[in-house]
Parts: sequence; C-alpha cells; structure tokens
Amino acid sequence: MNQWAFVFAAYGVVGLATLGLVSWAWLSMRGAEADAEAAKRRL
Amino acid sequence: MHGYANPARFLKIARPATGWLLGIGVLLLLAGFYGGLAVTPPDYLQGETVRILYIHVPAAWLGMAGWASIAAASISQLVWRHPLAVVAGRAIAPAGATFAALCLATGSIWGRPTWGTWWEWDGRLTSMLILFFLYLGYIALAAAERERGGEGRMAALFGLVGAVNLPIIHYSVLWWRTLHQGQSISISEGSSIAPELLWPLPLTMFGFTAIFAAVVLMRMRAELARQKMEARLRRSAAE
Repeated sequence: MNQWAFVFAAYGVVGLATLGLVSWAWLSMRGAEADAEAAKRRL
Repeated sequence: MHGYANPARFLKIARPATGWLLGIGVLLLLAGFYGGLAVTPPDYLQGETVRILYIHVPAAWLGMAGWASIAAASISQLVWRHPLAVVAGRAIAPAGATFAALCLATGSIWGRPTWGTWWEWDGRLTSMLILFFLYLGYIALAAAERERGGEGRMAALFGLVGAVNLPIIHYSVLWWRTLHQGQSISISEGSSIAPELLWPLPLTMFGFTAIFAAVVLMRMRAELARQKMEARLRRSAAE
C-alpha cells in the first residue's frame, strides 16, 4: 500500500474544497456588492 | 461587541480585514504544508500517513468552532437582538459544514491505511457525522426563514440546541473507547506528539482559521450588501 497516495488524496481533497469555498465566498461577495452599487446608482 | 452592531462600522473593519486574513492564511498554510510534507520525519508506527494530521486536526477544530460560533451568535440574537448575529450565523454555517465534511473525508482517508477501514460507527466519527447533518439542517432552516422574511429565531434555537453535540464529540473518545485514538493535545497536560512532528500543526491551525474567518467576513459582506439592496428596492417601490 503506497502511503503517499493517501496523503496526496487527503491534501488534494482539502486543497480543492478550500479553494472552492474561498472562490464561492469571494464571487458571491463581489456579485452582491456590485448589485448593491448598481441599485444605488439606478435608484 | 455592541459597538460593532452598526453594519457600516462593521464593514469599515471587515473590508480591509478580509484581504489581510486571506493573505496571512495562505502564507501560514504554505509554510505548514511545506513543513508537514517535506520537513517532518515519518512516524515510527503510522509512517507517511501521519502527515494527514496537519489537515485533519484543523478541519475538526473548525467544524466544532464553527458550531460554537453559531451558538454564540444565536445567544447574541435571542438575548441582545444584535443586528449582525443573524448575518453571522448564516455566514458561518457553510464554512463550518465544509470543514466538518473535510474532517470526515480526511479521517476516512487516514483510517484506511491505519485502521484498515474507511468508516466505523465509532463514537467520535458518528458524533462528527451528526455535526455535519446539523449544519445541513441549520443551512436549510436559515434559508427557509430568510425566504419567508422571518427574523431567524428558529435557526437560532436550532443553533443553541445543536451545541449539545459539541461536548459529546469532545468526550466521545473517553466515553466510547473504540477505534479513534484518545486526546493527543490538551491545555492542561500538553501534547503526547513528538515535537519534531508537532511544529507544523499550529501553522496549519492558524492558517485554516484565518481563511475560515475571511470566508465568514466575505459571506457577511455579501449578505449585508443584499439586505442593503433589498431595503433600497423596497423604499423605491414605496415612493
């Protein structure tokens, strides 16, 4: 059993999930702030 | 705390803090990963798989700390009606759920070469799985209340009741001695992990915590921007 395969699998899962979480939070924040700014200018 | 009840004052601090927390978190994680993967020696019993420790322990800590924060926000909402408490609870839940899931996933990957199984209905594993389901329930309840225009009291009560699971997770390794090892690090008794294996752990602990905090701030900023826009639209429709 190659132990490094388990290590890289665990780090890969954590890396991808963390990157996904940060990207989702960043994009939703930018989107919401841009929409609020656009509404402020429009109204 | 009440000094920051004003969303404008909160945003004044949250905007610069988001970038700083992300930057510090990434730097600490890079240092911790380098130390954990390339510098520390393999364990005499577990071999190379011990390196999963540096991601599994922070994930477990953040899964539990996330729910403790939801419980604190719930108290703040129910007792003091802190205007940011509802926003904070909703922002913490997805990040906490992610780290609870990561704790289960990394534990399972670690368990296969160490215990010879991906999963066991052990006290620690089962109570952690329950925490993950509690997060899903909280997210669904908070979303439903938001949709109905509610104040989020049901979600706050759920957050408080769910906190009962936290001591169960913590003491599960003492109450049910099955597969999961006992506590390795304690405030009163120190650590049973060799120092040459232990040092990258604080780096990844603080690194993931900084990133968790940055995600929560970003989610809170998004929610506040949405609320601001909705209030503006309501005012405009009323005029």
